[in-house]
Amino acid sequence: MSHLVSIDQVDMRYGGADGTLAVSGLTMRVDKGEFAAVVGPSGCGKSTLMKLVTGLHIPQTGVVVVAGAQVTKPVSIVGMAFQNPTMLPWRTTLDNILLPLEIVERHRHRLRANKKEYVEKAEHLLETVGLKGFGQKFPWQLSGGMQQRANLCRALIHEPDLLMLDEPFGALDAFTREELWCVIRDLHAAQGVTIVLVTHDLREAVFLADTIFVMSARPGRILKEHRVPFQRPRDLDIMYQTEFNDMVHELHGEIAKARAVA
Amino acid sequence: MTSIIETAVTPVAKKPLLARINWVRAAPFLYTLALFLIWEGLVLALDMPPTILPLPTRVFQAIVQYWSPIWKNSLQTLYTTTVGFAIAVVAGLAIGLFIGWSKTIYSGLYPLMIGFNAIPKVALVPILVIWFGIGTVPAVLTAFLISFFPIVVNVATGLATIEPETEDVLRALGARKMDIMLKVGIPRSMPYFFGSLKIAITLAFVGSVVSETVASNYGLGNMMSSAQSQFNVPLVFAGLLMLAVEGIVMYALMALLERRMTGWAHRSTMAQ
Repeated sequence: MSHLVSIDQVDMRYGGADGTLAVSGLTMRVDKGEFAAVVGPSGCGKSTLMKLVTGLHIPQTGVVVVAGAQVTKPVSIVGMAFQNPTMLPWRTTLDNILLPLEIVERHRHRLRANKKEYVEKAEHLLETVGLKGFGQKFPWQLSGGMQQRANLCRALIHEPDLLMLDEPFGALDAFTREELWCVIRDLHAAQGVTIVLVTHDLREAVFLADTIFVMSARPGRILKEHRVPFQRPRDLDIMYQTEFNDMVHELHGEIAKARAVA
Repeated sequence: MTSIIETAVTPVAKKPLLARINWVRAAPFLYTLALFLIWEGLVLALDMPPTILPLPTRVFQAIVQYWSPIWKNSLQTLYTTTVGFAIAVVAGLAIGLFIGWSKTIYSGLYPLMIGFNAIPKVALVPILVIWFGIGTVPAVLTAFLISFFPIVVNVATGLATIEPETEDVLRALGARKMDIMLKVGIPRSMPYFFGSLKIAITLAFVGSVVSETVASNYGLGNMMSSAQSQFNVPLVFAGLLMLAVEGIVMYALMALLERRMTGWAHRSTMAQ
């Protein structure tokens, strides 16, 4: 019962009976508080996995269970962040971060009356990701990395139990990316939130995750599950250790093989 | 900051007069003046009879001479245009939101709208006259019919082009269609909407004047057609000039409104 997410033998096909089969026989489990990473060749249905878990898509066969309940409609205990920050340009950064609270049933009715409390929370989050004092700026006044930090705040503001990240650092430069890895690592440590990270970057996966799922080429399913043995808290320096590089190398080989099969 | 500006200003003051003029600002006036001068020069050089192309000075003289009817008819045209335009704004916004609401409505109504837009509106005036008689009502309705299409198309486009990621983020939180429309769709389509107002207002003038020319006893369109039947060509041109002035003023007003309401969409010019 400690699984927060459990996916059993799921098939998901787009566009009717003879459409593309995106995932097939997909089975995976993510424990509460775990940091899971999903890697695989491109087009392996990683984004489909995101949509299945958040309830944006309902699978044709198989069962998706999140927090003990079968997913049949969007689950609002999830926060999402994509590679594209999709901040709304007519709202300030702070108002962008508060947006989920205007939607989620639990918060929307008490937002107006408790605005001050929520704004404080948002500002605290901004401080955590290193954006203190930028709340009144508009998103287009921020750099790409700063927008992505704000995007994380927006995904976390309603205190989700599960954070789904779809290549959130894909469009950033190497240094900003490493900075944000540390931000995510610290958020995970501090808030005990369960995180599922979909990524192409194997070093990112090994550095951040407890468990790494390797997916096959389309139709996607889980080829292998790796436990990442490194102790927490992890420092950026572990990326230069032999064990770390061996693991990245091994993953790289598996994905290359999965690509070749396709 | 201030000290930099002051030091920058002092040497400018010493420059000769020509260098101190802001040419970009002055350009619209200078070009307009040049147009009238060339016009005047051409008419004089080619010795054209005033019944074909009158001198601009003669046109201005006509404006002064017939000021009272010109003023009355200008106001009438402005009135029919703005009322028709106002209805187009309300209806266009409503229909645009309705069409942008769902893909089915969009694909069902869009061909109808295009077909309707392809009909020359002057052909509708006789029908409007049968229904409402001649005068203000057909002019208002023609202005409305001709100007609401660009508003509908632009609002619907704004709604139809919401980023799928934004929609996913919100839907995953349990957002209803209405939430997404209110929080994202409508604010997002506002730059399109205000942009379309500039096109719509100029089209509204076309509609009202066409209708006044064919079926009214008032308005600049009617004034010009009766001036034409009396071979009072300078008065015809005076009417055209007044229309141009009204058109420019209303356009500028819409452009100002656009800037005021959706400054965030023009951020390249606003960001320091």
